[in-house]
Amino acid sequence: MNGVFDLAGTDGIGPVVVPEHEPVFRTEWEKAVFPMFAMCFRAGFFGVDQFRHGIELIDPAVYLKSPYYEHWVHTIEHFGEKLGKLDMAELDRRTAHYLANPEAPLPQHQDDPELLAFVEAVVPAGATAKRESGKAARFKVGDIVRVDRSAPKGHTRRARYIRGAVGEVVLAHGTFIYPDTAGNGLGEHPEHVYTVRFTNEELWGAEHAEPNGSVYFDVWDPYIELVAPSSAPTEGAVA
Amino acid sequence: MSAKIRTQEEIAARVKALESMLIEQGVMTTQAIDRMVDIYEHEVGPQLGAKVVAKAWSDPEFKARLVEDASEACKQLGISGLQGEDMVVVENTDDVHNIIVCTLCSCYPWPVLGLPPNWYKDPQYRAAITREPRKVLSDSFGFTVPESVEVRVWDSSSEMRYWVLPQRPAGTDGWSEAQLAELVTRDSMIGVGAVAQVAS
Repeated sequence: MNGVFDLAGTDGIGPVVVPEHEPVFRTEWEKAVFPMFAMCFRAGFFGVDQFRHGIELIDPAVYLKSPYYEHWVHTIEHFGEKLGKLDMAELDRRTAHYLANPEAPLPQHQDDPELLAFVEAVVPAGATAKRESGKAARFKVGDIVRVDRSAPKGHTRRARYIRGAVGEVVLAHGTFIYPDTAGNGLGEHPEHVYTVRFTNEELWGAEHAEPNGSVYFDVWDPYIELVAPSSAPTEGAVA
Repeated sequence: MSAKIRTQEEIAARVKALESMLIEQGVMTTQAIDRMVDIYEHEVGPQLGAKVVAKAWSDPEFKARLVEDASEACKQLGISGLQGEDMVVVENTDDVHNIIVCTLCSCYPWPVLGLPPNWYKDPQYRAAITREPRKVLSDSFGFTVPESVEVRVWDSSSEMRYWVLPQRPAGTDGWSEAQLAELVTRDSMIGVGAVAQVAS
């Protein structure tokens, strides 16, 4: 979707402010929200692509002005409500309760050894999005390609600043979960992923581009079309 | 738009309310929360990436493996996991300087750098770094890349996680990996800063 989260090239939103020191978590509530991603993922709230799309659906003014981990709260609520896992009226009622009584305790509960084991296992193992697929790659390193102009209204990783731009395939990574289906609840449908190199001049115009620079952006196979095949000799070609 | 920007107190209450419901459903426990927070506060951080960089600086065969397949090379050092399942290391040279960003959200190689600093996730860096990286580096990080050096910005739009292998500084001949690792900063592996200076 053409949302405000798609920020590359946006001007006028101020300088990058880098504090001298910063804790990993700035508040107690950030510490509570961070683990919710992995634990709600385990509980079937969303996949990673859907999680991102839930954030993309946040009101743009809130998106730009709210602290980072509040974005995670919104996407957890979005899927919790959608899947019937969270009663929003009850959530509002409890919010009012804790706003009036910030020190009120959380519900009594038992430890869960399985949940702890999940944390210990998932942190070092992760959950790769790489998938085997029988699909042949349509492109190879060295091909000159153009990103299509398609502007889906659902989740996609087609950032606006690379749409229509021409670049060179520099890396081929194999097949991965396709965000344009997975992020919209339509299944994994793996596609080949490539890194494409775009010059600054191609993206921003010669007049406005910084000199001697380029951007490397990952695309899925359906995002691009061939402009010119690699000029490198292919295997088996006769010299 | 009827956007309401919440105060810290309002967010804290909302989170506690959500937490209470997820606890009752058995989705999370305070014990598991505390453990996950502890891991990313004390165990998984940029000291791990620094260890990898120091080894690459000291061992040409390891460096070749790292550049070929970063995930596999890091696994050999016991470094792997969430949000770094498929990593690519990009090497700085005399001619090329690399920088990473996620313009669409906040993707970052957690297993080697820990959780990203807030400026990396904030709109300002994500908006400007693909468009005027030299200016951002100079204005906000006090770091100048000569015009003769190509600046490559890696936008992490897929699940591939890029990170930067900085150049080994001069004056470190004969240093141990542990000594070298001390020089490697988080910012040097993002590409927005230098490795620590070596007194000459």
